[in-house]
Amino acid sequence: MALLEIKNLHVGVEDEDIKILNGVDLTLDTGDLHAIMGPNGSGKSTLAAVLAGREEYEVLDGEILYDGEDLLELEPEERAEAGVFLAFQYPVELPGVSMTNFLKEAVNSVREARGQDELGSADFLQYMRERADMMGLNADLTKRSVNEGFSGGEKKRNEIFQLAMLEPKLAILDETDSGLDIDALKNVADGVNKLRSEDRGFLIITHYQRILDYIVPDHVHVMLDGKIVRTGDKDLALELEEHGYDWVREEAAAAA
Amino acid sequence: MSTSETEYLKGKASEEYKHGWYTDIESEKAPRGLSEDIVRYISKRKDEPEWLTEWRLKAYRYFKQLIDSGHYPDWAHLDYERPDFENMRYFAAPNGQAQYESLDDVPDEILETFERLGIPLEEQKALTGVAVDAVMDSVSVATTFKEKLREKGVIFKSFGEAAKDHPELVRQHLGSVVPYTDNLYAALNSAVFSDGSFVYVPEGVTCPMELSTYFRINEAGTGQFERTLIVAEPGAYVSYLEGCTAPMRKENQLHAAVVELIAHEDSEIKYSTIQNWYPGDEDGNGGIYNLVTKRGICKGDNSKISWTQLETGSAVTQKYPSVILAGDNSVGEFYSVAFTKGHQQADTGTKMQHIGKNTKSTIISKGISADVADNSYRGLVKVSANADGARNFSQCDSMLLGPDCGAHTYPYIESNNPTAQIEHEATTSKVGDDQMFYCHQRGLGEEEALKLIVNGFCQEVLQELPMEFAVEAKELLDIELEGSVG
Repeated sequence: MALLEIKNLHVGVEDEDIKILNGVDLTLDTGDLHAIMGPNGSGKSTLAAVLAGREEYEVLDGEILYDGEDLLELEPEERAEAGVFLAFQYPVELPGVSMTNFLKEAVNSVREARGQDELGSADFLQYMRERADMMGLNADLTKRSVNEGFSGGEKKRNEIFQLAMLEPKLAILDETDSGLDIDALKNVADGVNKLRSEDRGFLIITHYQRILDYIVPDHVHVMLDGKIVRTGDKDLALELEEHGYDWVREEAAAAA
Repeated sequence: MSTSETEYLKGKASEEYKHGWYTDIESEKAPRGLSEDIVRYISKRKDEPEWLTEWRLKAYRYFKQLIDSGHYPDWAHLDYERPDFENMRYFAAPNGQAQYESLDDVPDEILETFERLGIPLEEQKALTGVAVDAVMDSVSVATTFKEKLREKGVIFKSFGEAAKDHPELVRQHLGSVVPYTDNLYAALNSAVFSDGSFVYVPEGVTCPMELSTYFRINEAGTGQFERTLIVAEPGAYVSYLEGCTAPMRKENQLHAAVVELIAHEDSEIKYSTIQNWYPGDEDGNGGIYNLVTKRGICKGDNSKISWTQLETGSAVTQKYPSVILAGDNSVGEFYSVAFTKGHQQADTGTKMQHIGKNTKSTIISKGISADVADNSYRGLVKVSANADGARNFSQCDSMLLGPDCGAHTYPYIESNNPTAQIEHEATTSKVGDDQMFYCHQRGLGEEEALKLIVNGFCQEVLQELPMEFAVEAKELLDIELEGSVG
């Protein structure tokens, strides 16, 4: 069934006369992995931000259904509790806040929302170790402050690690591949592949095709000027790699 | 900061102060106002030796001279009415008793008062590993674990008792670090000081437990003027903590303490404060004026003095716990979190005076300000001409919660020796929308997120607190933040 349904979504920036999304339609089924590709400024990251509930964007028209419910009605933390996870393009540093404290609060808040018991300290640490092992995360990172002094690659890996910790129903990856060298990219892709499951949908936003060599998508969409202009399977990504976005742009212009 | 967060942070001050109740107990009070007679009265009530009465009188005369010539310490970034020294009481003894021989003599109301504050005075109920001196208004009501400490030769008793039992030690050190001529409030304190703690750790002894004094102001219209003196003989170690609370009242009350620390060769004194005096109501009425002089001297070589403070209370706070680094290779540290909200104002920091060779000082200050509060760091690092190889590192970070509060940093550096290495870093940050959103996206609500971020910001300082009190400190910060985000 549809986990996420985006219908005719129009979005602008609050207090400014700028429109970024111009009627996005997208349906994502549980268990599926969709990739959204597009050039800079096409609105991909805005879509991710709107899904997570960032305040500075204003929804002008359209709707988003998540699990059949109106997602736009929910506060950002309620969305997280309902199982929406965003892997940030630029994860922020939280100086002095230990990864352990941060994730314990986060995991327990999500567990509580799901009607599960909170994890005590010992159980939590055990769980965190298991997940770190599974994701191949250097255990030292879990002893540091959240993202503080992490390299670019470590920050991105940490996002995927948090995804593994929080076990969301919908995981949105906002350009997680950008700025990664090939080893880090493979590591991140490995993590995502391990986390793919029948009960989880993925929306992967990317600029480049190369991550899709490692994470094979079920569907690929191309976004241009705030609209999805083309949808296909994994081969569409390869075509884009070969011909560039201009090809889609011309085609879209011709169709209009 | 976005609008919703601003609103969310508003009304911080309306959060109720937890320790604002009053114990209804008969109290013997000195008449209002200050004179030589009042000074003599206090000294007499405390059965003090003649030399101490004389010392008080000298301090009083100096104080009077400053007042008469209009010498008020008005230079700080603080805006408040000068205390009305003539309308204040300088001595209040709950139950009319200036001292207690044993815990059995202490009336139940007083025991209950401290029990309610989480400071049980019966040793079997007390936190193991912490000895407590409990001071209510002008009188020390009990000191726990005295026997156990005596076995090691550690003296831990109220100042009043110490002046009688160990006159030579008190006389030798009293006023040796903070002379009564230091400033107006030090002069006032020297004239009228009531109880406080005296600690003496003999040569080579590591004090076997944390020492702690809990100060409670109870009576209205009364100032509290405690005096604390800690002496660490060569090779000694002691960790001491003070905590403070007071009832909620409409008028301001004055708390003017003097603390002196003396560290001899190879010794170490760790002094921690959790200050939670009543901060006043949401309109800025009432609250404690916390005007305090704290200073330590690293007298001997290789000695160390470390100040750690968590300042969350008081309407006005002005204090600069300082270290005179006289001994070679001596070390001074200052770790501070000052949290001001509502109409609170704080001007706090430290002075590190490098005199000995290869002396080292570290200053870590975290100021957090909310509502319309004002928070200033003021610090001086001074290196004397002979202090070869002196090193200082200072870091002063300010965090603003909301658009109407203030944070200020006044670092002064005075170096007279070319070999000195002095580093200063300062940052001012707002709790960022990005940080809050990141936390929200992981399922944390406004309050949880803010607590996490602020606690993280203070972590470097909080981790310096003795373990027994670190939890209390974190809880206190959490409570402060709770109303802040309603």
